[in-house]
Formats: sequence, structure tokens, C-alpha cells
Amino acid sequence: MIISVASGKGGTGKTTVSTNLAASLDRELRLLDCDVEEPNVHLFIKPEHQHSSVQTTFVPVIDASRCTGCGECAALCEFNALAVIGKKVLVFPELCHSCLGCQMICPEAAISDGKRELGTIETGTWRHILFSYGRLRVGEAMSPPLISRVQALIQPQELVIVDAPPGTSCPAIAAMKHSDFVLLVTEPTPFGLHDLKLTVEAVRQLGKPCGLVINRADIGNHDVYRYAERESLPILMEIPFQRSIAELYSKGRLLVEESEEWRRSYAQLFDKISAICAAEEVTP
Amino acid sequence: MKELVVISGKGGTGKTSITAAFASLAQNSLLCDSDVDAADLHLLLCPQVREQHDFIGGSKAEIDQQRCTGCGICVERCQFSAISKDFVVDPLECEGCGVCRAFCPDDAITFTPRTCGAWFISDTRFGPMVHARLGIGEENSGKLVSVIRKAARELAEDRGYRLTVTDGPPGIGCPVIAAITGATAVLIVVEPTLSGLHDMERVADLAAHFRIPAMVCINKYDLNRDMTAVIEAQSSRRDLLSVGRIPFDSSFTRAMVEAQTIHEYSPGSDLSKIVESIWHNIMTAECMNKPERHVLPTIR
Ligand code: SF4
Ligand code: SF4
Ligand code: SF4
Ligand code: SF4
Repeated sequence: MIISVASGKGGTGKTTVSTNLAASLDRELRLLDCDVEEPNVHLFIKPEHQHSSVQTTFVPVIDASRCTGCGECAALCEFNALAVIGKKVLVFPELCHSCLGCQMICPEAAISDGKRELGTIETGTWRHILFSYGRLRVGEAMSPPLISRVQALIQPQELVIVDAPPGTSCPAIAAMKHSDFVLLVTEPTPFGLHDLKLTVEAVRQLGKPCGLVINRADIGNHDVYRYAERESLPILMEIPFQRSIAELYSKGRLLVEESEEWRRSYAQLFDKISAICAAEEVTP
Repeated sequence: MKELVVISGKGGTGKTSITAAFASLAQNSLLCDSDVDAADLHLLLCPQVREQHDFIGGSKAEIDQQRCTGCGICVERCQFSAISKDFVVDPLECEGCGVCRAFCPDDAITFTPRTCGAWFISDTRFGPMVHARLGIGEENSGKLVSVIRKAARELAEDRGYRLTVTDGPPGIGCPVIAAITGATAVLIVVEPTLSGLHDMERVADLAAHFRIPAMVCINKYDLNRDMTAVIEAQSSRRDLLSVGRIPFDSSFTRAMVEAQTIHEYSPGSDLSKIVESIWHNIMTAECMNKPERHVLPTIR
């Protein structure tokens, strides 16, 4: 079973929920931080035996001695990553989407394989958790390819918790599309509600079952609750705003490590998710 | 024209509430919400839309089953596994590269640009605002950000505005790169948490990568004073100008519920004064008062 923890906007407590949920369970699981632009999970789950692997993607390299400047490669490229000036081909590697089209079309076989670094994948273990996260290279514009590499670590039949990037555009979709359940973390504020609605729309387009965690449940107003009722979205957990919780978070500490009560609440959250998935005929 | 972009790395640090407060303080300025994926600024500024434009993003492939002979060339060539065994393109997987169309021997694949969102020029009680909405699950958010930044720039030049205040997108990927490239300066709004520090460092690295001067403002600084000190020390080590600290105050949330800026919700309050002094520090900062450059981003 794959559970994605998502939120319309950042800073709603998505990482709090994914890390505490993972730490509360007493079974083996895989935890993936797919928020590769701003990964934070490793600040809470500090893995041991960490190893790092650099991830690269294809970019074209032009062999000037073979190239005739015919321009077919640039005409095919949809992303303006190639331009022919006079008889010379200019490559803008940061715009390349690695479709290999230029290489396939070149009549002179003048295009060989180059590389662009996407970032790294860090992997390690922490107690019962096999943890990996992607770290996008600073300056790299495209996060979905690295997110897909992190997702590719998933083995069949595993229990997986995915910390998804915020938003509803391609990076968030890339992280959520393989999951069996999407846990949406929101705040009961106008911003929180507005962004939640967009995320729910995205999750429904993907056809995934979902449920809500309401964080800082006592700030803002009741509109989120009314919305959840109208849309029949189950509220699976509420976390009150407490300075003590905020302080633990600020220090990179886990709530479930400090409080048995919270450990039980998170374990129950998992049971509720399993029950919903069972009802949807997904085997945990 | 000067361009100040307010970013945060993660989002949810109070960036939009602070941007809205700046909107009420800024003179002769234009607003831009470049968080096109989860735009929130309009919830506080209630813009009246004056112009609406379609955003034409990338193309996606579609296979005409009538013409397709099932040769399988497209499936083999597609690097994104977007075409099923029975020759249907999954629009969520399709990268829009056009390779399948280029190699289909029977011309069975159509590849047309699609409307992926919309952008708007609006009026607010604090002046004009340029904003946008990207469709759910769409790509090209960086391209949409480039489109609205260009529109904001043209509007400013047209009407003689001297400053654009932009609510920036979260993260460090394509929309942020498109939002900050060539801007006068960025303001990083950070919370005093371990993750806030980590996010700030990533986004400060990004600003440095594109040679954009960066300033730092710590929101809810009193939630962890030790971390506030660490962040300020880290800022000065990186040559980021600290423009001020804002205490934790639920007035921001209450103002949000009322669709007001902090200066409308509690005029003359200590909190309002703190935000005013931060705004003053930004507007008098050296980086905001340098001769202007004219560079536009090139994310496509
Ligand atoms: S298609 Fe090949 S030969 Fe033609 S311009 Fe491109 S690299 Fe040169
Ligand atoms: S691999 Fe694709 S995206 Fe990259 S340069 Fe070649 S045609 Fe363009
Ligand atoms: S390449 Fe064209 S004809 Fe061949 S399977 Fe694909 S769509 Fe059909
Ligand atoms: S356009 Fe590119 S990504 Fe889309 S189906 Fe065709 S080959 Fe695959």
C-alpha cells in the first residue's frame, strides 16, 4: 500500500504528518521524501548508513565534425533546447527534457550522449524505516524526473509513505499518481481551504481515495469543516495549535517520540487509512 | 522598474500575508502573484478582473485510432512510457516532446498546443495586479510565470509604475527560477525552525546561483529564539541582509479570515509598525537602489 501525504500549499504540516505517521508504526516500511525542491523529512528521521547516488539525465552533445547544420534536430525539439546559428548547433542543456528526439532524427549521427545532473538520491535506514529522499540540484528547473527516480525505488507489496511536493502541478502529480491513498494536510484558514480545494480536485482527477488531517485545528474558521462535510471528505485527525508542538517541530523532533498519546493517535490514523483502502479493495 | 520577489522556500511561512501588507504600504507600485500553482494573494486583495487571457502551454500527443496501423514505432520511441500497448496516450505521462508524431509513418498522431490556464490583469484597492491560474496537473508553470512577469513589466512601463511586488512560488524549481531571474532583489521569509533554516539555505543558494541579491525576514521569530539567532548568523555569513523579525501573532490569521491586510485589520498596532519598519528597511536597502538592469527570464 502506498500512502501519499500531500498539501495544496507548503507549510501546512505535511512533513510533520508523514514523519510522525512513519515513526508511529511498528512494522517495516519505506518512507520517501519526494519534495525534492525542499526536502525536510531527513531533519526529523535522521538515517544511518546513508549513501548518496548522483542522478543524471540525457542531454545532447553535438559532434561538430559530423554535423552539417541541417537543422532537423532544432526543428524537432519542442523545448527550444537546440538552435542552429549559421551552420553551428547551439545546445541549451538546462532546457532539454531528454526525449532523445534530436538524436533519433539526426541524419549524420552527429549527436552523442551527454549528461545533466538532476540532483542526488540519499538512502539510509532509521529503525524500522527504509528512508530515501531526492535532493534537486540548485539551479535545476525540472523536478519531476528526479521525483520519478525516487518513486522507482518502490517495490511491489511494500508499505510506502510518500511526502509529496506542495501544489497541484506536475511535481505534485508525479508524486501522487502511483499512490493508493492520498492524505491531505490542511489548515482551517482561507488560504488553507482554497489550496485544499485545488488539491482535492487533482486527487479526484487521479481517482484516488483521500482523507484529511487538519493541522492547527483551532486557528482560522470553520469553513474547512463545512467544505469537508459537503464533499464527504473524512477528517481522520486533528492537530491543535500548541506552542509545545510548534517548538518540537522547530527543533526537528518527532511528536510521537515525546508522547505515547500522540503515538497512539498516529497509529489510529494509519488504521483508519487501512480501513478506507480495504473498503476500496486495495490490499495493505 | 524595480522588482521585489517575496519567496520562502517552502511556502506557508506567512509570505502572502506579508506581501499583501507590503502592497498596502508600497507607493506607485504594481502587484504580481507568481505562485500560479496555489495562488492565494487574491483572497486578501479581491481583484476585479479587467482582462483575461488564455495561457497556451505545451502540446500533448493524441493518436487517431482510425489512421493508426499499430506498427508500434511510437511506443518504442517514447521515452516517457506515455503510450499504452493499445496505442492510447496517457496525458498525465505525456511530456509533449513530439517524438511520436515525428516518427509515425502514417501521420496518425495529432499534436496541438493546449490551453493550460489563464492569466489576468486586475484592479485592487492597492493598484493593479497581474495574476494567473494554472490548470490542475499542468506543466509549464515556469512558462506561465514568465508570461505574467512580462505582462507586469509591460503594464508598469505603460502606466509609469516604478516597482513590482511579487508573491513568489514555493520551492527552487522552474516556477521560482522563472520568478526571480533578473529581479532586483528577493526577500526570503523564513520561520525559525530547522526545516525553515534548511529551506532558506536552498533558496538563498538559488538566488546566489542567479546572482540576485537576497534579504531575509524571520516570521514568528519568538517560536524559537535560538533558531532565530542561528538563522540571523547564517544570513550574515552569506551576506544576506536581515530586514527584521516579526513575532508570532494570530492577527495575521484573523486578518486573513476577514480578507484584510494587517494594516487594515489592526492599523497602528505594534505588528503593523513592525511590518512598516521592515518595508522601510527593504526600500532603503542598497540592493533595491542600484542602477537598473534589464534582463528577462528565458524559461520556456
Ligand atoms: S540534425 Fe544532426 S546534422 Fe542536422 S543540425 Fe542537428 S546535429 Fe547537425
Ligand atoms: S533530447 Fe529532446 S528535448 Fe533534449 S535537445 Fe534533444 S530534442 Fe530537445
Ligand atoms: S507510430 Fe503511428 S501508426 Fe504506428 S502505432 Fe504509433 S500511432 Fe500507430
Ligand atoms: S509527445 Fe513525447 S511524451 Fe508524449 S506520447 Fe509522444 S513521444 Fe511520448
